[in-house]
Amino acid sequence: MLSFIIRRMAVAIPTLLVLLVASFYLMQFAPGGPFTSERPLPPQVLENIEAKYGLNEPTWKQLVNYVGGIVTEFDFGPSYKYKDRSVNDIIAQGFPVTLTYGTISFLFAIVIGGALGIAAAIRQNSWLDYFAVGITIGAQVLPNFVMAPILILIFSLWLGWLPGGGWNGGQWNHVIMPVIALSTSYMASIARLTRSSMLEVLRSNFIRTARAKGLPERTIIWRHALKPSILPVVSYLGPAFVGMVTGSFIIDSIFSTGGIGYFYVNAAFNRDYAVMMGLTILLGSMTIMFNMVVDILYAWIDPKIRL
Amino acid sequence: MNISLKSVLFASALAFASPALAAGTAPNGMPLADDQTFTYRVLDEHSSVDPQIVEDVSGSEIVRDLFEGLYNQDADGNLVPGVALSHTVSDDKLTYTFTLRDNAVWSDGKPVTAGDFEYAWKRLADPETASPYQWFISVMGLKNGEAVMGGEAPVDDLGVKAIDDNTLEVTLASPLSYFPLTTTHASTFPSPKWVIDEFGADWTKPENIVSNGAYVLTEHVPQERSVRERNPMYWDNDGTIIEKVTALVINDENVALTRYLAGELDRTEVPAGQYPSLKAEYPDQALSFPRLCNYYFNFNLSDSGPEATKDVRVRKALSYAVNRDIIVDNVLQGGQFPAYTFTPAATANFEVPTVDYATWTQEERDAKAKELMAEAGYGPDNPLSLTYLYNTSEGHKKIAIAVSQMWKQTLGVEVTLENQEWKTFLETRGNHDFEVARGAWCGDYNEASTFLDLVQTSSGYNDAAYSNAEVDQLLAEAKSMDDPQPNYTRVEEILAEDMPVIPIYHYAGVYMMSPSISGSWPVQNVEQNWYSKDLYKVVTE
Repeated sequence: MLSFIIRRMAVAIPTLLVLLVASFYLMQFAPGGPFTSERPLPPQVLENIEAKYGLNEPTWKQLVNYVGGIVTEFDFGPSYKYKDRSVNDIIAQGFPVTLTYGTISFLFAIVIGGALGIAAAIRQNSWLDYFAVGITIGAQVLPNFVMAPILILIFSLWLGWLPGGGWNGGQWNHVIMPVIALSTSYMASIARLTRSSMLEVLRSNFIRTARAKGLPERTIIWRHALKPSILPVVSYLGPAFVGMVTGSFIIDSIFSTGGIGYFYVNAAFNRDYAVMMGLTILLGSMTIMFNMVVDILYAWIDPKIRL
Repeated sequence: MNISLKSVLFASALAFASPALAAGTAPNGMPLADDQTFTYRVLDEHSSVDPQIVEDVSGSEIVRDLFEGLYNQDADGNLVPGVALSHTVSDDKLTYTFTLRDNAVWSDGKPVTAGDFEYAWKRLADPETASPYQWFISVMGLKNGEAVMGGEAPVDDLGVKAIDDNTLEVTLASPLSYFPLTTTHASTFPSPKWVIDEFGADWTKPENIVSNGAYVLTEHVPQERSVRERNPMYWDNDGTIIEKVTALVINDENVALTRYLAGELDRTEVPAGQYPSLKAEYPDQALSFPRLCNYYFNFNLSDSGPEATKDVRVRKALSYAVNRDIIVDNVLQGGQFPAYTFTPAATANFEVPTVDYATWTQEERDAKAKELMAEAGYGPDNPLSLTYLYNTSEGHKKIAIAVSQMWKQTLGVEVTLENQEWKTFLETRGNHDFEVARGAWCGDYNEASTFLDLVQTSSGYNDAAYSNAEVDQLLAEAKSMDDPQPNYTRVEEILAEDMPVIPIYHYAGVYMMSPSISGSWPVQNVEQNWYSKDLYKVVTE
């Protein structure tokens, strides 16, 4: 198992390096730069500013300086747009927010989605099944940029129960709507995945054997059917978890949560190179890490993979 | 849905009218509300609150509360004393001597001195600071400004000097009649050297910042909110009414409107096209007032531009065929103003010259346009094709579609619409890689030259690449004239004759504003330089 983990780690580092170099060069291809503005800066002023940030150097040298800064001082550079903040500041402020509502959404999606899926599979073709399938399809076709404003309309304007946005240090009433809006479609996917794989497992030979032995239905489900049927779900959970905790541009911009999702997308529009790079590295390493966790979990659940 | 919307509104209106009698009486004679907090929506996170670094509108709004410059503006946009009480001008109009009040102090108790202004202005000009607003030194026309900005002269050569703690002497390169107006701009506000030296770039964080305005920054959660509260050290703290001001970042304007209606905000922008319906439903809350901004189309007159639009007849025809009334009344619907001149009518001391085509009816303009087009050799068998470039946005798209239809119907012009993401658009337009492109400008100060200087040959924002020696001459002359109106009139007439740009409309600020605060809102201030210290909330029915 240990050698398996080490093997996976050995692949992760070069992957991250490729990601870093590729993004750094791709970013420079976009027309305009961080200091392109409505009123073009006089060439002299632009020169001053570019010199201050080292943007007058050749791209390869900028890359070397940038990586050097990260390796030696863990410094991801300054924001060119928000001049009194560094990328480290932005991540330190925004990532905990995203991590909080992302993790809650993730747990919410697994618990509700999993329960719905299992219930639907066990009671296939009953009203419970139709109900579960109905709401999961509904949840999946309703995009969160439509759902989020509707939630605000209902809970803030009509009912007046919840604040329409903001984060307020993660106070519970500010977290509810972002979690609902973010988790719904994931929940639906998990429910449908769980349902179909559970149905498949319930029809397999070893379950028939278990039934033939006269085991109680509960034991069959929990002891024998559950583990194999969550395998496809687990492979979905890795990317889903990263997708949720790395934030959502839509959630951040509609609920003004201050998470990194909005900073990330806006950094691209602003050509805020260092912010874009810093967040790419953060999200990239998270993706790599959680894919690795999924692989390990997989190996643990299904010994065949370890071979 | 309407009913419940209204009932909620009614409930929130009741909340505003909290019965308890307020502590005092507002300057307009109404009883003050108990709640003196002001919460408003901003589209995006501010760039900075460092006076010499800030470059965006929402940041400048905060900076105007946190810091105080030489002069402030009153509700009509007139200059009123800030840290400076008055100034004198030398006979050669080159030296301005400001007398500073002696009761102004920083939030840490240190007195505000002329030296703090000298430091700040030099800091703005210093290439080391790398301020995106460094060019404002040129707008102010300070002596040796260009050389200092270029690093060719030491910063100490800049034409600003503290004679003593309460006297600031400013030397200009050449006479500039509107110089005092520039002192209300955020980039000219003083900054505390000792704090900047101690904390570096972190000096604007709430825990470090020292400021001299009516408010101090108490909280800043990027991309969520920033809060400023009364500064007890401010010299006119007794005259300040609003206790706390909160700017909430809400990117989506429709969500912001919902939150306004839910009572979470005192002010928000009206989303495009919704003003008439909101005005009908909430007549006392939907406001529209003139802003110091224009919206126009650039022709590309540079070598890379199309041949067709180098013909002034084509340019005029295209301009005449734009029905500005339809754009304003049916597309924008927010109380904007049809534009036939480049400079908005709202500009101070500017009298809109009568340009010929402004006085015609649209039928006359259309007839003239067809005539000119035919003269230039374009007709049904030889239609003109053009590409119109704009940056991606719902509002710009609506205007683009409307105008392309007008051109098509009146003149048979085939228009291709092209939209680009903002920075790409700026790059393309800046490189003169377009045929016709959108442009817009908001005044840096309230004087016609802030607009007209854009059509000078040397202007960095002259995207049309228009060049007319007479215009350049007139505008250069205007700088030192006591009454430059005749020159501005002439420039506008030449613009109507040469039509390097098509003026489309002049802006209006369109807001939903709580009736408790709208009475104190400076709607007459076309630059919308508002100061929270001048606002107050009254009890409303």
